[in-house]
This record gives sequence, structure tokens and C-alpha cells, in this order.
Amino acid sequence: MSKDIRIRKGFDIKLKGVAEKVTINVPMSETYVLKPTDFTGLVPRLLVDTGIEVKAGSPLFHDKKNEQLVFTSPVSGEVVEIKRGAKRKLLEIRILADKANDYVQFRKADPKTLQREEIISELMKSGVWPMVRQRPFNVIANPADEPKAIFISAFDSSPLAPDTDFVVHGQQADFQTGIDALTKLTQGKVHVNVRGNVPASDIFTSAKGVVVNKFSGPHPAGNVGVQIHHLDPINKNEVVWVVTPQDVLVIGRLFNQGHFDASRLVALTGSEVKNPRYFKTILGADIKPLVKDNIIAGNQRYISGNVLTGAKIKADGHLGFYDSQITVVPEGDEPEFLGWILPGFGKLSLSRTFWSWLAPSRSYTLNTNMHGEERAYVMSGEYEKVLPMEIYPVQLIKAIMANDIEAMENLGIYEVDKEDFALCEFACTSKMNVQDIIHEGLEMTRKETA
Amino acid sequence: MKLFRNILNTVKPHFEKGGKLEKFHPAYDAFETFLFVPGHTTHNGVHVRDSIDLKRTMITVVIAMMPCLLFGMWNVGHQHFLALGMFLGQGEGFMEKFLFGAGKVLPIVAVSYIAGLTVEFIAAIIRKHSVNEGFLVTGMLIPLVMPVDVPLWMVAVATIFAVIIGKEVFGGTGMNILNPALTARAFLFFAYPVYMSGDKVWVNTAAETGQQLVDGFSGATPLGLAAAGEIAKVPSMHDLFLGFIPGSIGETSTLACLIGAFILIYSGIGSWRIMLSCVIGGVVMALLFNAFAVNDFMRLSPLMQLSMGGFAFGTVFMATDPVSGTQTNTGKYIYGFLIGFLAIMIRVFNPAYPEGIMLAILFMNVMAPLIDHYVVEGNISKRLKRVKKISHA
Repeated sequence: MSKDIRIRKGFDIKLKGVAEKVTINVPMSETYVLKPTDFTGLVPRLLVDTGIEVKAGSPLFHDKKNEQLVFTSPVSGEVVEIKRGAKRKLLEIRILADKANDYVQFRKADPKTLQREEIISELMKSGVWPMVRQRPFNVIANPADEPKAIFISAFDSSPLAPDTDFVVHGQQADFQTGIDALTKLTQGKVHVNVRGNVPASDIFTSAKGVVVNKFSGPHPAGNVGVQIHHLDPINKNEVVWVVTPQDVLVIGRLFNQGHFDASRLVALTGSEVKNPRYFKTILGADIKPLVKDNIIAGNQRYISGNVLTGAKIKADGHLGFYDSQITVVPEGDEPEFLGWILPGFGKLSLSRTFWSWLAPSRSYTLNTNMHGEERAYVMSGEYEKVLPMEIYPVQLIKAIMANDIEAMENLGIYEVDKEDFALCEFACTSKMNVQDIIHEGLEMTRKETA
Repeated sequence: MKLFRNILNTVKPHFEKGGKLEKFHPAYDAFETFLFVPGHTTHNGVHVRDSIDLKRTMITVVIAMMPCLLFGMWNVGHQHFLALGMFLGQGEGFMEKFLFGAGKVLPIVAVSYIAGLTVEFIAAIIRKHSVNEGFLVTGMLIPLVMPVDVPLWMVAVATIFAVIIGKEVFGGTGMNILNPALTARAFLFFAYPVYMSGDKVWVNTAAETGQQLVDGFSGATPLGLAAAGEIAKVPSMHDLFLGFIPGSIGETSTLACLIGAFILIYSGIGSWRIMLSCVIGGVVMALLFNAFAVNDFMRLSPLMQLSMGGFAFGTVFMATDPVSGTQTNTGKYIYGFLIGFLAIMIRVFNPAYPEGIMLAILFMNVMAPLIDHYVVEGNISKRLKRVKKISHA
């Protein structure tokens, strides 16, 4: 039943600063932050106050609409700051970590012996549940839904992405336990999708109770949305759930040890990193110890995530809830003299309008410059080259601009997430903010169908 | 470079909000972004961007047109001296021919750019948006589809008409339905047919003292000859392909158009789908004519048909306009095929319009949204069928 799928459309942005497969132990970060804004559509209600001591797994806030959905502290320590924005919107809960990590004890059990409801209840109260997300809309899964399948993309094809095989290495037991728990959550299949052109880690290929599929080709072959589209596309009123491999490990550890152990390997990447490597840290960690003495001096952009979909953070910012990568690239705020007419030997473009096509295999240092101004759509066929889905991207975007929900449904809004359109945004001659538009369309449809 | 930056920085305050020339900010902005790619950075979403922008795209198309322009200048001189019986060999008098042609062509190019950009700047100031780059290409296309003896004021009028009626009323670059350069040509074609068709306009025959036209000079284009039934007088395939024939300034050389096509396709700017299907459409129609020929024009080989008139130029530079053409990949095949098919049909069947490609492209420009509509509907109905299949299962 496993499938071998070859993706032809797409593009690998080759950047300098791939993380060397070495794990560095650095002193534990001092502060950890949980940002309710990492979760689309969440209305949080705070459960703690500053000065309160928490353990790893203690609730910090919950969802107003579903109080069972709690978000817990990734470490033990003291709540030191609660940051609010306009209209008292909850932005950040900051925890000052203890020296030793103290865990709340949850039930230790073999998920195979548990009922679906018991598994969900354990995941919910430990704060692990937010790691299970649903498509369409890429929001936290609704435990009341019955997903038609669960998808795990076991490789990340985005620029400078961490090597998933390396990241899960030696954690077979936790991964299998996580899978055992997930298989109980759906009547359908659990798909684990590995890279097709290179041998994948045994941890994935020998996992029990799953369907292992192979995907080869350029980015976005590793995007779970693209994989779903090719294996079992989502129709209206259908739901599938998705989990990342590192989050499967968290689920596994919860049942094996009874702890919310949100530790993860994070790749520090990008052209401005002196020694790009992997670091062992914990969800929400302050990135200071990771980047200390390791960044080339200058005006740099720090990104939690990759250059296509990540979030801009400060040099002393924190890792996002779903991120296991930090990218540092130069800011590009210098105007460039006659840049549009010079040969451009070192300029990356999907077109061959710059002379960089002479060296197709080189890696680039790209900065954050827009390389032009926003315009109306002129070129056609650009998005189609990098979107390996049977979807008309520009037509979908125009339907979103026109707030036409019926047209969005017809054109496949349920099958896409903004990350699938990241390359379209990269390639766009007219410099449209494609991901923002897709996000807007998804939110519009989500609210309409809720 | 520093110098430009300093000048810009000194005048900038006048054009900013509250400055006395605030209204003219789009004009200032156009100059600033012409000199410097702005230092704007990404915020959300994608943090790095492809280096391409609309300016780069448009300048690439202009570069692709250079072979046609340069050959056109030489050919204007070549045809002129041929009519006067001088420098009869193609290798003779290269500089004389080129300089004569440049003297005729460059003023047309200048008028086209000045007239068009003036309208673009005014439109940008009225609408308070930045000046769009689309005219960089249009401004070069218009001279290339003009006969050499077209009066300059006509070029200006046609350009202004094309930019206003063909583009700005729809919302500017990216919103137009018809190709602006063809709109300009069609406007002149119907408004001043005497200057745009017939035998007299394609070759400059102004003789200086001591010079005179050779006996039996006609000045008709190969298409004109074919339409008049004088197939025997149509130049050889060699001359048609290389472009040693009378015609609009930039359209005569199929070879120059092929070089342009190569640049456009290789750089990824022009659609190979449209060009390929357009050629296939033309060949299919020509072969059909061959099979059911009732006159000599219908008997012309497909290769001759493709090399005559503006077919090659229209296919490479006009049909591939991404704004007025179809947007979907499937649609591009249909659109291109029908352009080629109709272009040959019109030129053979309708003696009033010997140049069929212009009308074929304009007609298909109008049809393009309809083609796209049905292509997208196909995708939608596929998706709906999938839902039905599941709900029945």
C-alpha cells in the first residue's frame, strides 16, 4: 500500500550555512517563552500569575472555547513575566528556569493498552495535544473530530532544514510509542513519508502500524500538505491530522516516562552563523546560549524556523512552539545602484535573467532584501512551476482577494496551507505577500465553516 | 553612485508627505527606483526573495528585441538603397545602410518612449501609485511594428491612444485586456490606412539629387504580393527567413525573431508553450490550405507562410504578452494554437488585411479569459467529482 511518489515541480533554494551533524551541549537557556500567538485562532485564558512556581507540565493557559485544551510549561521554574499587547492581548508567558528540571508526573502506560479517549485525555492535560494539528487550516486538532488519516512527514525539504534522520537518531523506542498512541486516534492510516532518493532512518522505515511512503524531488516535497495532496487529498468536511517527527517523540516520552519532556534538537543554520550545528534544547528556549559567539558581526536577521516560513525574532528571542531550526541571514536594507540592469552573477533567481545561471550548483548568501517593489500581477505560470499540486494558485489567490468563499472551496482551499505557497512568494516577480493572502483565505473559510 | 544618492537625498524631502512637490512623488519614486533597487526588506512570510522584479523582466524582453531592432535599422537602409539601385549586394555599404536606417528608426523609438512615458507618469501621479514598468516593452514594440515612413505625430497619437485606452482605463499594467502595442498598431491601421498598408509605405524612397528610383520598383511586402496573386514575385525563402524584404521595421527577419525567442525562452520570461503552439497552429492551417488549395497563395509552403510578414515577430513578442494572454498552462496551448491558425487564415482569405497576425492576436486577447475560465472549470469539476465519489462510497 505504500506509495513512491516523485515530485517534479518545486525548487531547492541552496543557501550557505548547512548545519554540521554534530550536537553541541550548551548551558541550559535561562528563560523559556510560550507564545499563544503561535497557535492560529486560539483565544487564551491565563491560568498563572507572575511569581508562581511551575513544573514542566504545569498548565499556563487554556483555550477559552475548550478548557480541556491546556498549554503547559516546558520547564520547571518561576513565571517571571506576562507580556500583553494592544487590548490586553496575551503575547508571551516567560518562565525563568530552575537549575534542574522538575516534571509533573503523568500516567505512564503503554498506549496500546489504552482507549482512544484515555490517550486524548493524557495528551490534553499534559499540554502535548497542541502538537497534533489538523488540515485544513493548520490549527490545533479538535479532539472531537475523527480524522480520516494521520500524516507524519519524516523529512524536511525546506532551505537548510535540520536532517530529520539525525534528529531522531537513537530514539526508536520513544518514536514507536508515539506512533502507537497516534494509531489509536484514527480509524484510517498513519502515513510516515520518507525521502525517496536516499535511504531513510530505520526508525521510520521499520516503524510498526504505519504506511511508509516515499517522496522524492525538490522542495516542497517534504511539506506534509503536498504529501497529503498526493496520497489522500482533503475534501470539504474532511479532516486529517499531522504531527512532526520530533513531536511524535514528545508523545512517546509522555507515555514511556510520564513526563512532558519537550526537549528537542535544534539546527542553528544560515550564512551568518560561524559554526552551524545542532543544539539540544527545549521548546520555547531563549536562543542566547545557542548563538553566543557564533554569529558574524553585522546587521542580521534571526528567524525561528526556516527562511521560507519562519518568524522574525530578536537576537535574544525564543524558539517558536513548532520550530526546530534557527536561521540567521543578513539584513538587506541597503539600496543597490542600478541593480535591475547589472549582470547579477551572484543573484539567485528561478528565471535565468541573472547571469548566476552560469553556476547552477553554487550555494548562496541571500539577504532579506525584497529585490523590487510590489506590483500588479504581470507574469503568469510562475507559481505553477513551484507548486506540485493540482491547484490553480493565482486563481485561488484572486478568489481570496475577492472574499469569494465558494470559489476558494472550489479551487481547493482545504488542501493548502500557507507554507505550501512559500516558494510562490519567493518566486513572485510582482512581490506579492502570497502566504499572508493564503492565511487570510484560510481564516475566512475557517470562521465561515466553524 | 554616491553622487546620484546625494542628489536624490537632497531633493527627496520636497517629494515626501508635506513637501511642496508631494503630488509628484510617483515621478520622483520612478527615478529613485530606476537608479537604486530600494533597500526594502521582507517582514513576514518568506524572508529571502528571488532577485527578479518587473524591471528586470521588462529589460530582458527589451534585450530580446535588440536583434530585431538592429536588423530592422540595417534593413530600412538596405531597402532604401535597393529602391534607388545603390549598394545592391547585401554585404555592400553596411555603414551607409545602418546609419540611414538608424536615422529613420531612432526618432520613432524616441517619440514612442517620450509619448508613452509622459502618459504613464501622468497616470501614476493621478492615481498616486508608482510608475509601472510595462511601458519599457511597449515603447520598444510600437516602433518595431510601424512602417518606416510613418509620420512621427502618428506614432505619438497611437502611443497615447494605446496607453490610455488600451491600458490605463483598465487599471494600468497587469490589468489590460488587449496588448497595448497591438492596440497602437490597430488604431493606426484603421484610422490612417493609407499610411499603414498598401505598397508605398514600407520602403523609404526619398531620393536625393542625382538619385532616382530603379525601373519596376514596387515596394510591396511579400504578403502584399501574395495577396495580389503575384506569387512569382515573392522573394526566396532565404530572403524571407533572413529578412531582406520590405515590411514593418522590426518584423522582417525571422532569424532575429528566433534569437529573441531563444532569449525569452531560455531566461524563462516568455512562454514556450504559446510560441510552440502558435507555430503548430500556423503550420496546421498552412497544410490544410495546401491540401485544399484553389489559388497560389494557398499553395505556399508552411515554412514560407511562417517566415512572411509579422508572423514570427507576433508569435515571439506579442502573443506571449503574459497580461493579455491566457494564464493557465493548458490555456496557453489552446490560445497559441488558435493565434497561429487564425493568423494564416486571415492573411490568406481576407485581402483587406494582409497582416493576419495582428488581428488574430487581438481577437485571442479578447478570448483568453474565456479559455482560462473553462480550463479552471475543468479543475473545479474534477475536485467536485472526487467529493461525490466519496459521499457515494
